[in-house]
Amino acid sequence: MPFPLSDTLLILPELFLTTAGLVLLLRATAVGKAGERSIALLSVASLVVTGLLLWVPAALAGGAARPAFGGMIAVDRYSAFFKVLVLVAAAVTILFSLRFLGTSPYPSGEYYGLILFSTVGMLFMAAGTHLASIYVALELMALSQYVLAGYFKQETKSIEAAAKYFILGAFSSGILLYGLSLVYGATGTLDLAAVSQALAQGPRTPLMVVGVVLVACGLFFKIASAPFHVWAPDVYEGAPTPISAFFAVGPKLAAYAILARIFFEGFGPSAGDWSRVVAASAALTMVVGNVGALMQSNVKRMLGYSSIGHAGYALLGLLGYGTEYGLWSILIYLTAYALMNLGAFGLVVLLEAKGYAGESVDDFNGLAKKNPWAAAAMVVFLLSLAGIPPTAGFVGKYFLFSAAMKAGWVWLAILAVLMSVVSLFYYFRIARAMYLVEGEGELKWREEPAVTAAIAVCAAGTLLVGILPQPLVALARTCLLP
Amino acid sequence: MSPFVLHGIVIPAVKAAVFVIAMATMAGVLTWIERRLLGFLQVRKGPNRAGPAGFFQWVADAVKLMMKEDVVPSRAERALHFLAPFLIVVPALTVFAILPWGPEFSFTVPGLGTVTTPLYATDLNVGLLLVLAITTVGIYGVILGGWAANSKYALLGGLRSAAQLISYEVPMGFAVVSVILMGRSLSLVEIIQAQKDAGVWFLFPGLLAFFLYFLSGVAETNRTPFDLPEAESELVAGFHTEYSGFKWTTFFMAEYANMITISAIATTLFFGGWLRPFPNVEWLSFLGIVPAWIWFLLKVSFFIFVYIWFRATFPRFRFDQLMALGWKFLIPVSLANVALVAIAALWGPAGLKVLGVLMTGAFAVGLFLAWRRPARPRATERMGASAEVGA
Amino acid sequence: MTAAALAFWVLAVLAVAGAIGVVTMRQPVHSALCLLASFMAVAGLFVWGRAEFLAAVQILVYAGGVMVLFLFTIMLVNVRRQAREAALNRLTGSAVLVGVLLFALVGGLLVAEARRMGGPEGAPAASAARLSTTVVEAAGKAPVEVKGNSQAVAWSLYRDYLLPFEIASVFLLVAMIGAVVLGKRTMEKFD
Repeated sequence: MPFPLSDTLLILPELFLTTAGLVLLLRATAVGKAGERSIALLSVASLVVTGLLLWVPAALAGGAARPAFGGMIAVDRYSAFFKVLVLVAAAVTILFSLRFLGTSPYPSGEYYGLILFSTVGMLFMAAGTHLASIYVALELMALSQYVLAGYFKQETKSIEAAAKYFILGAFSSGILLYGLSLVYGATGTLDLAAVSQALAQGPRTPLMVVGVVLVACGLFFKIASAPFHVWAPDVYEGAPTPISAFFAVGPKLAAYAILARIFFEGFGPSAGDWSRVVAASAALTMVVGNVGALMQSNVKRMLGYSSIGHAGYALLGLLGYGTEYGLWSILIYLTAYALMNLGAFGLVVLLEAKGYAGESVDDFNGLAKKNPWAAAAMVVFLLSLAGIPPTAGFVGKYFLFSAAMKAGWVWLAILAVLMSVVSLFYYFRIARAMYLVEGEGELKWREEPAVTAAIAVCAAGTLLVGILPQPLVALARTCLLP
Repeated sequence: MSPFVLHGIVIPAVKAAVFVIAMATMAGVLTWIERRLLGFLQVRKGPNRAGPAGFFQWVADAVKLMMKEDVVPSRAERALHFLAPFLIVVPALTVFAILPWGPEFSFTVPGLGTVTTPLYATDLNVGLLLVLAITTVGIYGVILGGWAANSKYALLGGLRSAAQLISYEVPMGFAVVSVILMGRSLSLVEIIQAQKDAGVWFLFPGLLAFFLYFLSGVAETNRTPFDLPEAESELVAGFHTEYSGFKWTTFFMAEYANMITISAIATTLFFGGWLRPFPNVEWLSFLGIVPAWIWFLLKVSFFIFVYIWFRATFPRFRFDQLMALGWKFLIPVSLANVALVAIAALWGPAGLKVLGVLMTGAFAVGLFLAWRRPARPRATERMGASAEVGA
Repeated sequence: MTAAALAFWVLAVLAVAGAIGVVTMRQPVHSALCLLASFMAVAGLFVWGRAEFLAAVQILVYAGGVMVLFLFTIMLVNVRRQAREAALNRLTGSAVLVGVLLFALVGGLLVAEARRMGGPEGAPAASAARLSTTVVEAAGKAPVEVKGNSQAVAWSLYRDYLLPFEIASVFLLVAMIGAVVLGKRTMEKFD
């Protein structure tokens, strides 16, 4: 697989971001805690520049999918779509962290550096077309996140979250790797296109089936779908809140990017085998996530369970393989998911009332009176999460459920609608606290213009996609896999 | 006798036996040499009673050690305590199979005809890596011996040894990498051949690498000034505090075997192995009268002398100094050296020669500057000065 | 059974037995030693498969580096204190059940697959043949025949898998940062 040295230009954005991370690490040792704000703003700036640099490989590829480094990654519109989303998620996370990290005693350089390195991993995940590069990129992303989860190391919950995330994550990586080795054993290659070819031509061997199922299990862990979801609420609760927001969005986007690519581009020919596994997991995930969220009084845990439920909805799009709805319904849904989840977590960051991690639903009591704009934004996010028009969540779910129907999974679509109704209950609890309950005492509020601005952008985006879905739909339809 | 039985079984077995016996004897003789040399360097006599110039002292010592009682501490991990000496001596012996003592030679066996065989057990295409791998495994003897004895001194010795080994393995590995870049092979025999082809010992382009290698080698063999795992003024006897008799002898033997290994590898990598000096210069061919293995032994002996010389000269490092030297100095320097050598090697044989001239020149200039610099005040004077400041 | 097959089985059993020892031993140091034995057996398997380079690296990196660090940490942290809690808890039954079922499923399928492909005996010769005849094509240059193990690994690692290799280096950097961030005992006071 020879490749010219000029392929380096095709990973220019990733190279830039890695270098930026290294420079920030060094810069932070020079300026110390006092210069934290500048470090944060520099990292946001480098994310923006990375986003602009995405134009370079796109121009070189000339609109078509172009393999680079001997087929390790591909530069295509599909990866570009995910890359932009991931960069936005990382930038918003950093803005959320400004006040949060600033009032803590922890060093800033490593924190922002790790977010950037994790983002590099996600960018490579989005582009990976070879199971080796996908796996290594996945580990790069995950390892940074294990550390970020435990970054507030004097908080027991933070350490607990890191330990759980790390041990379970390492275990799931083992499962994934074992599956990959079986796939390699069965097909003799790790290149997705070649795997697909081998699957289409060769006989359907049990080895291959086990390999595919194990790979699916490993990836299900990363998107927190049942029965590999148990870690998610604990980690979201224990991790520093901006990092929880990052966890709920960034890794999921990247994991869905590789999930869809591996299953569509690599395992496509054996869709008959994996679609049953995916359907079972989707059903279980929707039920577990939404029923579990009903019983939570901690907002971070509730959002954790709700994001499990959303992972289940998104799996429906995977089942749409072969129909006209399959892939782009996932793209639209993930866009909506990113916007509304980041927004909802952003409000939790602002509210952070009782020290480190005591964000109960009661903390929202009386928010509407004290800050009507914040309450209104939260309502938008909650409506979107529940999937009620005119919000982005509705548009996303509409296309996802259509995909499942088209693919013949009618009972799953019905279950999904039922579970959306269930989700109304717990989302409504927050709305009720904000509008119908009197708040006691002062509302603690971390006033921070950067966070407010980020939330406003998320809210505007949620509404915009909900009211005017056409541009996004049109865009998503051009970003499909070949 | 079929060729397979001869070359596959008999000759390797004979070689193995010869190497093991030679090593055990060498280790013994080395103790005598070391003590005599130390005596000379410290202006005293050293062992001088048993035999001529005390030569049979090592035999007497060996006999004494064999007869001693074998003590095992009461709450020791008996199995591991027993196993540890062997864990250290087996790798030390195994390496001898790969060391290239000399090229092929022929001899006549009555009733069999002429047999041609090289003076090493085997030449692997990953020989150098294997040497590194096997020597690092020896460390388990030290760590486990220290742990199993249920003694704080021994444990501390074992821990120190583990930290030290890991720290100094890195610069050693990088030094070896630069030789691999120059020789373009991992086989020890091919590296020697490459030095002949290049017309230059790798010592010159690899001067920095040589110093790094030897320094790390001294640290890996736990010898002065890096003998912290067995620092007698701090830890009684370090990791082998709780060993006696034959087991203790085994530790001792392994230490000397490892010294020989490090010296032999340094010879192979940097001093042309068994080659005579200037192997490509015609008018020096009379040097070829001396057999190749003698040249090899001479070079190895030189390094062993340096080991002993070190011991007589340098005081022991403090532990934090040891770590700082390894991590903050040797590793960065060795990385820079790899980059330098890689550039030269990419350039080709000419590049190696240029690098050799540069390295040697820089070294000579450094020596000259050090010589020209006014001598530092003597230690006693400095101590006097600080005492005054303190008062 | 040929000598090669016998060697394979001895090494394989050693490797698996070592791995089982790691999880069943009560004393962490013993677990570490079992892991070491398992690594050694795997190195032997690499030699058996004519991958001497991998074998040497396996010993050098895992036995010489990683395990020494493990032992160092174990000895430093937990000097001969026996774990008090039971090694297995109330989930033992279900864990064993799931494990055995999974093992039966995957193992059975693998055995079936191995039968279909023709057993392990043919494998080493085939892989050796593949290694020795590896032909490397560089862009715009005549194909180069790769001589040995080390060259084959080098071509594969630094050319075909260059990108994952470089990503892995960033990964290791992150691991280092993480260890420092989480492991540093005292928090530095920034002014």
